[in-house]
Formats: sequence, C-alpha cells, structure tokens
Amino acid sequence: MANKILVVDDEPNIVLSLEFLMKQAGFQVRTASDGEVALTAIAAEPPDLMLLDVMMPRKNGYEVCQAVRANPDWKDIRIIMLTAKGREVEREKGLALGADDYITKPFSTQEVVERVRELLAGAG
Amino acid sequence: MLSDGVIIASALAYMGVLFGIAYYGDQRADAGRSIIANPYIYTLSLAIYCTAWTFYGSVGLAAKSGVDFLPIYLGPTLMAVLFWFVLRRIVRITKVHRITSIADFVASRYGKSSLLAGMVTVIVVLGILPYISIQLKAIATSFSLLRQYPVVAMPTSSVHQPFWTDTTFFVALVLIAFAILFGTRHIDITERHEGMVAAVAFESLFKLVAFVLVGVVVTFVMFGGPGDLFQQAAARPELTALMRFEVVPGGYGGWLSLMFLAMMAFLFLPRQFQVLVVENVNEAHIRKATWLFPLYLFVINLFVLPIALGGRLVFADGRVDADTFVLALPMAERMPALALLAFLGGLSAATSMIMFETLTLSTMVCNDVVMPILLRANPRWLAGRSDLSGLLLGIRRVGIAALILLGYLYFRFIGESYALVASGLISFAAAAQFAPPILIGLYWQRANRRGALIGLSGGFLVWAYTLLLPAMARSGWIGADFVDRGLFGLELLRPYALFGLQTLDPYMHSVFWSMLVNIGGLVFGSVLSRPNAIEQVQGSQFVNVFERERHDGDALLWRGVVDTVQLHDLLARFIGPQRASEAFNRYLDSDGNYPLQADPRLIHYTERLLAGAIGAASARVMISSIVMGEVLSIEEVMTILDESTQVIEYSRRLEQQSRQLEAASAELREANNRLRELDRLKDEFISTVTHELRTPLTSIRAFSEILLANPDMEVEQRGRFLGIIVKESERLTRLINQVLDMAKIDSGRIDWRVEEIDLRALIQDAINSTSQLFRDKAATLREELGDQPVTIAGDHDRLTQVIINLLSNAVKFCPEQAGEVVIRLEPVADRWRIEVRDNGPGIAQDQHKLIFEKFHQVSNSLVGKPKGTGLGLPISQKIVEHHNGRIWVESEIGQGAAFIVALPMR
Repeated sequence: MANKILVVDDEPNIVLSLEFLMKQAGFQVRTASDGEVALTAIAAEPPDLMLLDVMMPRKNGYEVCQAVRANPDWKDIRIIMLTAKGREVEREKGLALGADDYITKPFSTQEVVERVRELLAGAG
Repeated sequence: MLSDGVIIASALAYMGVLFGIAYYGDQRADAGRSIIANPYIYTLSLAIYCTAWTFYGSVGLAAKSGVDFLPIYLGPTLMAVLFWFVLRRIVRITKVHRITSIADFVASRYGKSSLLAGMVTVIVVLGILPYISIQLKAIATSFSLLRQYPVVAMPTSSVHQPFWTDTTFFVALVLIAFAILFGTRHIDITERHEGMVAAVAFESLFKLVAFVLVGVVVTFVMFGGPGDLFQQAAARPELTALMRFEVVPGGYGGWLSLMFLAMMAFLFLPRQFQVLVVENVNEAHIRKATWLFPLYLFVINLFVLPIALGGRLVFADGRVDADTFVLALPMAERMPALALLAFLGGLSAATSMIMFETLTLSTMVCNDVVMPILLRANPRWLAGRSDLSGLLLGIRRVGIAALILLGYLYFRFIGESYALVASGLISFAAAAQFAPPILIGLYWQRANRRGALIGLSGGFLVWAYTLLLPAMARSGWIGADFVDRGLFGLELLRPYALFGLQTLDPYMHSVFWSMLVNIGGLVFGSVLSRPNAIEQVQGSQFVNVFERERHDGDALLWRGVVDTVQLHDLLARFIGPQRASEAFNRYLDSDGNYPLQADPRLIHYTERLLAGAIGAASARVMISSIVMGEVLSIEEVMTILDESTQVIEYSRRLEQQSRQLEAASAELREANNRLRELDRLKDEFISTVTHELRTPLTSIRAFSEILLANPDMEVEQRGRFLGIIVKESERLTRLINQVLDMAKIDSGRIDWRVEEIDLRALIQDAINSTSQLFRDKAATLREELGDQPVTIAGDHDRLTQVIINLLSNAVKFCPEQAGEVVIRLEPVADRWRIEVRDNGPGIAQDQHKLIFEKFHQVSNSLVGKPKGTGLGLPISQKIVEHHNGRIWVESEIGQGAAFIVALPMR
C-alpha cells in the first residue's frame, strides 16, 4: 500500500509542485493550505509523512510540529520541514521540536523525493 | 607751674579727647563708614603691645643691662613675618565662627567646651594681673614724680599708706570709670569696638611721638647728638658694658626664650588677640602690618639706649630709678611742657592697655565663667528674662571694676617689689600657655579637648609654681622656704630649678618646663583619647578653614526641632529685638514672615550670632536648652562627616564623577540598544526579504525541474506549469523592484522630482494602467473625479505608483465576477481627498495600522487570498508622507475597504 503524504504550505504553486512530485513518486497525497487545516487533516487520517512549511498563517509549521509530537498516537508520522528562511537557527529549532528532516527552499525536486523515500524506508 | 590741678586737668583732657575719638569711631561704625578700615589704623592699634612697660621699662632695663630690652621687640617682629601664615588663618577662623575672644577661640577649637573656655579665662585673669598692676604702678609713679616738679625725687612707696590716700588707688578708680564708659556702652553682636580701636590707634601715635620727642631732646639738646652721648658713656667703665651684647644673663639662650615669650605674648595676650584678630576688618590689612608694625617697633626703640645712657650720665648717683628716666630727664632739664608730654605719653600707653585688656577680660569672664555658671545653675530663670543684654552689660561692668581693683591689689601686695619688666614677663609666660593649644590646634586635626585640657592645666600649674608663687614669696606673702629649698624640702622641686635644671634664668626655666608639660599634655592627651563628634567637626573646620569655604558641617549637628519664633526670642534677649529681627530678616530674606520651624541651618546661624554676644560655649548651651531632640551621636555624625571634611569633599567629587560616569554609560547603553535594535530590524528585514524572494523562486525552480524531467508531459499541463513560472517570475521582478524602492526611500537616496501635476489626469493614467486587471476579474470601476483639472506640486511617477498600488489591491481583494471598485477625488477642507473603495472582505480594526508595515501581509490571516509583496502599502505610505499627506484605511470585516489618501492643496 502506498505511503500517505500530507503537503502543507500556504503558497498554492508550491503545494501544486510538491503534489505533482509526490504523486509521480507513487505516494498518496493530500494537501493543506495552513496549520489548522493541516491538523484537521491529520486528525481525520494520520499521514505517514508530512512536508511542512514553516511560515504560514493561523498556525505556523513549528506549532503544527509541536502539536503532532505532543500526541503519542502520531509518533510515527515523519516530518520534513520546508522553509524559505535559510538560517541555521531555523533548522535547529525545527529539529529540536521533533522534525525528522529539514529542507531549504528553493529545493531540488530530486532531493525532496529522495529524502522522502529515505525517511519512509528507515521507518520500516 | 606743674600743679596737681594742671597735671590732672591735662590728663583728664587727654582722656576726654580719647573718649571723643572713641565716640566718633562708634558713630561712624554705626553709620557703616568705618574709620578704622585701613591698614595704618590697624597697624597702630597693634602697637597697644607697647605699654607703660615699653615707655618706661625699656629704658629702665637698658640702663641696667643694655640691649637686653631688645628681645621683647624682636619677638613680635619675627611674629610679623609669620603673620600671613598664622595670623591670617586665625583671623579667617574667627570671622567664620564669630569668635569673640581668645578663650572663645580655644573653646571653639576644642568642641565648644565651656570648661576649656573657663580655664583659659582663669589663666588669663591670673596671668594678666601682674601686667595690669605695673601699668597702675607706672601711672602712679609718674604722677607722683611729676607733681614735685622741678625737684626730681623718687616718690616713697605708697603701699604702706592706707589705700584712700594712695594715688594709685584713685588712678585705678578713674580708669574703671573710663573703661566702663568706653567699652560697655552697648553689646555688639560681633563684639567689636571700632571706637576703642580708633582711640588705641591714636594713643599709639601719641606715645610714639612723646617718646621720640623725649629721645630727640635728650640726644640733641641735653647732649650734642648721638656721637657725643656715646662718647661720654664710653668714658664711663660701668656704662660700656651696656653697649655690648654679652650682658644678657642667660646668654643667647636667654635671648631666644625672651623672644619666644614675646612672640607668643604678642599673639596671645587677650588684648593683642582682640586687636589683631577680633577687631581686624580686612585680612588684607595684615599684609601691610607685616612690615609696618616692625617699623613702628624700630622707631619707638631707636631712642631707648640714648635715653638710658643719658639718664645714667645725668643721674650718675643712682638716686633716680631708671624706670623713670623718660620723665625725669625732661624734668631735670627744666622742660615742663616736655615733661608733661612724657607723662601723658606714659599715661596713654598704660591706659590703653588697661582699658582694652580689662574690657576683653571682662567679656571673657562674663561669657566664659559667669554665664555658664548662671546657665547651669538656673537656666529657667535666665530663659525667662525677656532682655538679657542689660544683665550682660552689668556683668561686664562689674568685671572691669573687679579686674582693675585686683590689679591694684596685686600691685599693693606683690608688684611693688618688682621692676616693670619682671612683672610683665610673668604675664607673658602665662599668655604663652595658649600657644600650644591654639597653634597646634590650627594645624593638627587630631588635637582634641582632653589633650588641650591636660596640656593647658599642666602648663598653667608649672607657670604658677615656677613664676607666680615665687613672686608672692618674694613679697613675703607666703613662706619663701620652698623657693630656696624646694617644696617639702625636696631639692628637685625648687621652683627656679625644677629637677635640678639650674643653668637657666627663672623665665627661661619656667618657659622650658611649662611648654614641655603643655605640649606633652596636649599631644599625649590627644593621641590617647577619642574626640567626640563636635570636637571632630570643629577641629576639621579650623584646620581646613581655607580649603573649605562653606562651613555647614556643624549645622548637621543640630537635629532637633525648634520653633522659629522661640529661636528669635532667644536671640533677641541677648542682642535686642531689633538686631535679632534684622538678622533673621537678612538670613531668611523676608519681612518677618518666618517659617514655623527652624531648619538646622537657621539654628546654626542663630548659634553663631549668639556666640558673638555670649561666646561659643554658652551659645551652645543656650541653644540646646530650647532645641528639642538630642544632638547627633558620634556614630551618626561619623557617617556624615567621616574623618575630615576633605573626605567629604573627596567623596562628593567621587560621587559626582561616578554619577557622570553612570549617566554616560547609560547613554552608551541606550545608543547601543538602539543600534542593536536597528541591527535586529535590518536582520529581520533581510531575513524577510530573503524569504519573500525564495518563495517565487521555489516555484520557478520546482516547475522548471519538473518540466525538464518530464519531456513527454501533456501540452495542457505543460502550458499551465509554464504559466506559473512566468507569473512567479513577474512576482519576483516586482518584489525586487519594490525592495529596491523601499531601500531607497528608507535611506533617503531617492530622487524626488517635484513639479506641477494634474492630480485628475494622474489618476486617469493609473486607471488606464490597471484596466487589464479589472477586465481579468470582470470587476467594475466607478470614477468620480469631477471635471476640472486639479493641480498640485508633487512627483508624478511616485504618486501614480501609489494610485496603481491602491487600485490593484482593490481589485485583487474583490470577489470574482462581482467586484465593484469606486475611485473618488474631492476637496475636503484644505486637502484633496482620493478614496479607493472596494467590496472585498474588509479589514479588521486591529489590522488597520499593521497593514502599513513592511511584509505584514505575509503573516496576516487572510487565507487563500492573492499574495502581494507586502511592500506596496508601506511604499505608498512613504510617498504620501513625503508629499505632506496622509494615507489610511476605513474598513470593517465584511463591509469592504476604503483606502484614503489626503494630499494638501498647494
């Protein structure tokens, strides 16, 4: 059964590109345009992996990450943070909050797909 | 020719002239036009040092032992050299502390100790009696001699007659009357007597003239000039010795000790202290006196030796007492007028000394002995009297009378057996006892009250034992046994050879031992005991008088509370209500409206005024009796004053510096914070800009890579993706332009091209530029721009940019297919108002300000709406503000939004 991916970003074009890439890689994809919508979607059906933007309206990526990690039922969800803020602190903060990986925008499409695959494979 | 009547009449006339001068001097002083405020009067008043002892005694001494009389005048000459350093300091202190006498000075220095003041007074009274007695003796002797004119016959001693037939007694009575008339007419708060000083100056001049005249007559009339005189004397073997220096009994040591005695006496005899210090009106006068006074001494001593030699030659048989040569020589020469002048000169020297000395002494006795006793015995009674100045005057008058009568008694019982000089030296040695506590106290801050008490009483006892008691013994009033064989038969205790010290003459011997005990007592007493607070304060103020111009230190010592009126009444009791009111008005700078409670400074001020009338120690007791609350304890004062005022001054400066430093560092800190904040803002701006740039770039790269990796993609999807790439590229371009705009505006590097523009046409241009956006969204635009051109001054391109930004925002937020935008241009008050209204979702109240902040839009809550750069509105705001206009939004959620720009007309 194909792994379920949740793409969360407030930029429609970025969501579109990621959705295309993940589908092409054979995953099942859902999308959300901000943090709250994302949490509702997770509650409805927990994904195997999230591609999570940081700067979003309503609830930002850090808050979503924290909320997911605070719930033991969702401990298996892999999280890859996406951010356009390239500073090292942002990366550390994401990892400290429980993200599994961290990708800086603009990203290489190939690399995103590879990272997603690696993470899902490592999770067994 | 010279009947009693003539002599007495001229003496009284002379006294009358003096009284006139004194009266005139007081009048002038009261009118504020002092006649003594010049260095010459000051110098002449110092010559009160030259008494009958000088006038008659110097010649007497010179006739017996040659130049031996000189040290008495070399001492003051030496002291004059030190005036500027020592005397000026004492004068300054005296003025600052309103000190009225030498007892007051010593007491003030050592913590306003009434015990010390009393002790000084007692020493002065006992020490000065021999001195007064010799003046009386001189007047009486000269009178008795002169009335037998032209016969020169030594009067028989008067001490065996009953006193009512004794001339000296009547002289004493007359002097009492004059002294009271002169000195105690009113109480001065400063205890200064300008009239008296003027009279003294006149007397100094008079005695100088008289003495020099006698000298001139003796030298040039009776003999053929100094050459002839000395030649005749040299022919007489018993007189040659007088012209050499080795005649001094103690050798040079004796000279030194005499000079030392004279130095100290010149400063510390009560009347000297009075004219030198208390009556000084200007410190600058001291400078002139430094050379002028030695000159006076030189002139008055010039003819001492000629007169002495002349006397010895004329009265070769030794029948005539050398102490009377000055008078006897003119008599022998049958010059009645000159004889009378010489008599008046001697009288002048004696009376000025007696009157001034007893006046100062009676003030001391009153302030430092009688008042403290009264205060202690019955303060309530004293406090209850409404005007005490009468009482004070009464005490002083009685004091004057008692002192002169005591002097007379001393003369009758002891003085007769002594030469003028011997009695005078006993007094000098007594006055020298004040040198250690005063001089050391001026420079050594640690010297304290206990040390002064020990030293002074020790020195006084030694003085009394080695000089006063032997003098009494020699007159037969006490057994002379102890003089020859020592007290209790102990050889070591012989008064003229204490502990076996036999090589010195009695005066030098006494000076040696009394100074040793005095200084030793002062130093050891001070080192071994701890001063209390007020002693420390006073000590520090005396030692640092020149360093500290503000003398508020001891004001701190009054902590209590006192009614101002009560304070005023207390002062009024001693110096009179009028003077008290004047003083208070002056201090408080008011017309009788006093604050209810006196602050410590006013209390201190009153204390000083009071000190001027009754002395520091008594003033302190009086003030404490009405001030509720205690004086501060030593610990409390120490925390305020620490070791010395210099420490305060130092720490004050340190504090000030550290305050300045603190202020500077606070400024630095603030500047640093501002910089850091700016840095942070810049950092954030860059970070935000980076984010905004990366976002379209991310889409562009992602879709480009997708297209590249999928060459066989469907044409429709390919077209869609390519469209996204183009759109995001445009966004990126726009963003870069706006960031650059913003940076330019922020840094002020933008070029504003201000010119006449038609606002209406400008808006029309903007509408045309955005028409495609409206068409795309099928939104309608209603224009209400009027039909007249609207000219203002402004930058055409920038203002167009603003309108385009507002229109594109409006259309962006309009609902699809149903967009309605209105643009309106109208005059409101003195402004042109441009309004762009849409029918979009509206903007919440709390966002109205925030939307004008850079990149705010990025994190707003409008979900799923088209994105801008977040810089359009901030840039528009900057442009409008540059045109002195305003831009704002009026909107509510669900009601659409209206952006309004108001630009000034012309």
